[in-house]
Amino acid sequence: MSEFAIGVRESAGVHVLDLKGYLDAHTTPLLEEAFKKLLAEKKYRIIVNCRDLNYISSAGLGVFMAFIEDVRAEEGDIKLSNMTVKVFNIFDLLGFPVLYDIVKDEQEAIAKFGA
Amino acid sequence: MQNSVRKKEIALVSTLKLPKKLSLNVPSKTEHLSEVRDFVSDAARRFGFADEEVSNIALAVDEACTNIIKHAYHFASDKDITNKGQHFEPDKVAMPDMKEYLSKYKRGGLGMLLMRKLMDKVEYRIQPSRNVVRMVKYLSA
Repeated sequence: MSEFAIGVRESAGVHVLDLKGYLDAHTTPLLEEAFKKLLAEKKYRIIVNCRDLNYISSAGLGVFMAFIEDVRAEEGDIKLSNMTVKVFNIFDLLGFPVLYDIVKDEQEAIAKFGA
Repeated sequence: MQNSVRKKEIALVSTLKLPKKLSLNVPSKTEHLSEVRDFVSDAARRFGFADEEVSNIALAVDEACTNIIKHAYHFASDKDITNKGQHFEPDKVAMPDMKEYLSKYKRGGLGMLLMRKLMDKVEYRIQPSRNVVRMVKYLSA
């Protein structure tokens, strides 16, 4: 079984998703649900903290693609922080840094939200 | 210096002890992807690949299996992953231009692109009632 968990918390008016473990085709529904819930609650300023994310496949990358447009249409954003080199390399391989705001840490993401 | 030479020799011996073929059959369910990755990672490590390459190979195989589960079998779980599913014509799957792709926020279809970026060769062999995905990664000298 793939091990994956998401924690949700609020920090300075911004919602933070803490991802932990392995994000693959089996575990992506959990992340989809977390995004859907935030959007249903009209929470559009989102940070995804990837500090404990060990692995991501294209299924996981696809989830970010699915929600970014809706979030930005509401003048919010999904910012990704604290990524390990290994996970960043996968994002980079597909050119995702062009589309997503990938920042060093949570503080930088919060500052960019102007929170 | 002598130590490092000796270590290399030991690694070579253990590589030679590997069987020529390692195989794993799993049901076509996404919950088995981690098992597939563990199996492939372990094999790649024993073949002498460095950590980064081990991760890349495991990801490429994950993508191949995910494609098979999702597209060939449409999530039917009673099939083993050797890919005997729906006929697949790789030439008909266009490789997306990433800038255009990202600018249009299209979802999905990234798996094959990743496989091609991570491996040295990705080949599809279409046999009667059986599709074979063969991926090659060369050991660096």
